[in-house]
Amino acid sequence: MTMPVSITVNGSETSQEVEPRLLLVHYLRDVIGLTGTNVGCDTSQCGSCTVLIDGLAVKSCTVLAVQADGSDIVTIEGIANNGELHPIQQAFWDNHGLQCGFCTPGMIITATEILRKNKKATEQDVRHGLEGNICRCTGYENIVKSIVAAQSVAPAKKARKAKKGAA
Amino acid sequence: MGYVGSSVKRVEDPRFIQGKGSYVGNITMPGMVHLAIKRSPYGHAKIKKINIKKAKALAGVVAVFTGQDLLDGGCGPLPCGWNVPNIKTPIHYALTVDKARHVGDGVAVVVAEDPYIAADAVELIDVSYEPLDVVIDARQTTDVGAVLVHDDIPENTSYEWALGDKPACDKAFEEADHIVELDLTNQRLIPNAMEPRACVAQWTDTTEEMIVWTTSQNPQPIRLLLSAFTLFIPEHRLRVISPDVGGGFGSKIFHYPEEVITPWVSRAVNRPAKWVATRSESSITDSQGRDHVTVARMALKKDGEITGLHVSTWANMGAYISTFAPLIPTALYITLFAGLYKMKGIWGEMWGTLTNTVPVDAYRGAGRPEASYLLERLVDVAAHELGIDAVEIRAKNFIGKDEFPYQTPVVFQYDSGDYHALFKKATGLANYAKMRADQVDARESGRLVGVGVCGCIEASGPAPSAVAGSLGAAVGLWESGVVRVHPTGKVTVLTGSHSHGQGHETTFAQVVADELGVPMTDVEVVHGDTGRIPFGMGTYGSRSAAVGGSALVRSAEKIRAKIIKIAAHQLEAAEEDMVYDRAEGKVYVKGSPDKSKPFAELALAAYTAHNIPEGLEPGLEEISFYDPANFTFPNSAHIARIEIDPETGEVELQRYVAVDDVGNVINPMIVEGQIQGGIAQGVGQALWEQGVYDESGQLLTASLMEYAMPRAAAFPKFEIGRIETPSPHNPLGVKGAGEMGTIASTVAVANAVMDALAPLNIRHLDMPLTPNKIWSAMQKVGNAKTAKVEYFGGE
Repeated sequence: MTMPVSITVNGSETSQEVEPRLLLVHYLRDVIGLTGTNVGCDTSQCGSCTVLIDGLAVKSCTVLAVQADGSDIVTIEGIANNGELHPIQQAFWDNHGLQCGFCTPGMIITATEILRKNKKATEQDVRHGLEGNICRCTGYENIVKSIVAAQSVAPAKKARKAKKGAA
Repeated sequence: MGYVGSSVKRVEDPRFIQGKGSYVGNITMPGMVHLAIKRSPYGHAKIKKINIKKAKALAGVVAVFTGQDLLDGGCGPLPCGWNVPNIKTPIHYALTVDKARHVGDGVAVVVAEDPYIAADAVELIDVSYEPLDVVIDARQTTDVGAVLVHDDIPENTSYEWALGDKPACDKAFEEADHIVELDLTNQRLIPNAMEPRACVAQWTDTTEEMIVWTTSQNPQPIRLLLSAFTLFIPEHRLRVISPDVGGGFGSKIFHYPEEVITPWVSRAVNRPAKWVATRSESSITDSQGRDHVTVARMALKKDGEITGLHVSTWANMGAYISTFAPLIPTALYITLFAGLYKMKGIWGEMWGTLTNTVPVDAYRGAGRPEASYLLERLVDVAAHELGIDAVEIRAKNFIGKDEFPYQTPVVFQYDSGDYHALFKKATGLANYAKMRADQVDARESGRLVGVGVCGCIEASGPAPSAVAGSLGAAVGLWESGVVRVHPTGKVTVLTGSHSHGQGHETTFAQVVADELGVPMTDVEVVHGDTGRIPFGMGTYGSRSAAVGGSALVRSAEKIRAKIIKIAAHQLEAAEEDMVYDRAEGKVYVKGSPDKSKPFAELALAAYTAHNIPEGLEPGLEEISFYDPANFTFPNSAHIARIEIDPETGEVELQRYVAVDDVGNVINPMIVEGQIQGGIAQGVGQALWEQGVYDESGQLLTASLMEYAMPRAAAFPKFEIGRIETPSPHNPLGVKGAGEMGTIASTVAVANAVMDALAPLNIRHLDMPLTPNKIWSAMQKVGNAKTAKVEYFGGE
């Protein structure tokens, strides 16, 4: 048995027939081919699969694709703006916020929510905000540094810096 | 150009921060089948019958194969690549045939059109098991009546190994003023790289060629093992690719059953095949770490001089001998017992025992954290018992900076170091005197504050091949590096090292750009694909810069030599009069820098070959196979401050100071990142992590719900410093940087916790130092603070 779903992903509408048991993360990765969202565990602990569903950070392994029907999803592939890195992406690059890169998409998506909820997030705020995301490489220090740094980039500067970094 | 030594931003990052990493699990191909493996739910059981009928009948299932099918189909057992003398290596088939020997042992494989169908079909396979007794503890394997994991290996003992100067050790204990005795366990750890293992295989029947994508730290040795031992596809028709790999920490070095099963299935069904582990599956199949039971004694003079060390260790090997397992508790463990100290009377002996658990092999640090833990715990207990400060007792025993190269009594010859300077920097950064004064104040007000100190040594950058061979290696431990200069002067670097988070695409580009005098943007680093790179040995043991980087330096030197020949010819001067200006990337005759030849022009000249010296081959590409003269010996002084909540037993890590000597540093940002990550992993072992088996052989910590991975809020900001004593025997002067954080932080934090508990006369607790364990120990001593509590083992 399959069911129809229509999900907007990174601004594009997707419509597919899926099994009701299909996890959203598998929909993103295997059905529509967006493999930036990773799967690091099977118990919703690691946060590698975090995406934004209607603006909220959600572990996409905890949601069925059919539950996401009609929603608007942003994945790691969708947070850059017209080819310019999102300030958090840029900050991860500038501050060595990643090593193997596997947890990074989930970390960056979670970071957008941390900074959306808290306009002046301190190092401690960020550390607690990352409670649902596991990294095995970095010891978190440079992830925290990246996220704290991302919020201090003034909007006008953001675009210029992103451009320079991407060049 | 001056890239080496600067914190160049990583060139690999743009793809990762945009979700464009090329992990094995991302690969998809038309017609691809998906595999799922039926695994034993028992720790030990005879397999009486496997009924695959229902599974095969499920719509979407392509095939089901058992261990017997793989055997009949020509698969060989997984080999051991490190054979210590007289080792008894049990047969390890990719899918077991007669018995399951640990929970997770593979029994059959389902091949289906879709991973969900494959998972459904696994549930429909009916295996009749006859459960058997299990043995779990490394030391109890030899108990009378203990069940045999393999019928042909008596007392479950695969090998024994010893090293040291026994008479000197005996004499040290006879003449000792003080002897410290300690029973220690170094608990089992689950590596948990964030990317679960995966394998994809594509067989092409017309050309009889196989491509295998695998999450490996070393694709070339995997190809060798697949070709010569397990799959028997000729090496020249077998291409193994490890693209982006999401962390390894040792667990992705080894040749795993699924690397045999997946290509075998691809050939059998003549379709591309894919297997991706779930996290729970990784927990019961990825090689695990540590798991030692140790009885140790240290002999000292009353002034704190360490004179002797006697250690007996039972190292849990699990149910099979993993690829490099016998190396870890032998030549990477007992050889490190001298630590930073001049003591002579060292004796270490160990037994590698088989149990009904997941195989144990290298995990970040691999043998060296176990050595550092026992040595530095003993030194700390000795300091407490003799009433000497933890830094002072260590400093008293240091090898002096003028004594290098220093020959230890346990094989190794340390290359360089300055341990007094190391500790001076660490105690300065920590403000150690104030830390201790604050501790006195805190104790007076009844708080449980602890300061933990450790000084650790590591042997990294394996290894001189002949030495490795004499210690049991079935392979050489050199590394390859190609520098290919294209006609336009752009450069492709092929390295046998493999990056799975270390940032080689950046650091190796820094090295080669500096060696040739070209911009980093003109240098591309290629790794991980046996179809593109030469044979090499991959990345582990903190070897990439020291061995792989050195191979690239050698190749760049050869390129420079050839370029100088061409330039000398064109400028009509003697070769010895030529200057290769690496800052500008040009060559000129000494004294005439204005008449220079730029790098790109000379590269083109090498390829047009219109005007090069007679007898010189055209082209500009060089390969080097660098066999190191020695290991490198990074060393560290780490200081931790913790406080225990007396109500809950919870440890708060308040400060962490790390000063390391990893020799010269190519990219400080990357090295610091390695140290930070290593510290977090080591603290994880000290405080939270443990792979726990119950008495029936069930792994109770088989998912991230039960296995306590460190989280961001558990750590303070690390305070990191370094000193640099360059390694004298490699051209970059580098030492390994990948593992020292882990090696040192476990014992630094354990020492801090025990220091906090010292006023309660709690002398030692085994890791992990969980709230439960600490609180229970505190309840036992109760208010009777004078009661002597010697030891609490286990849970």
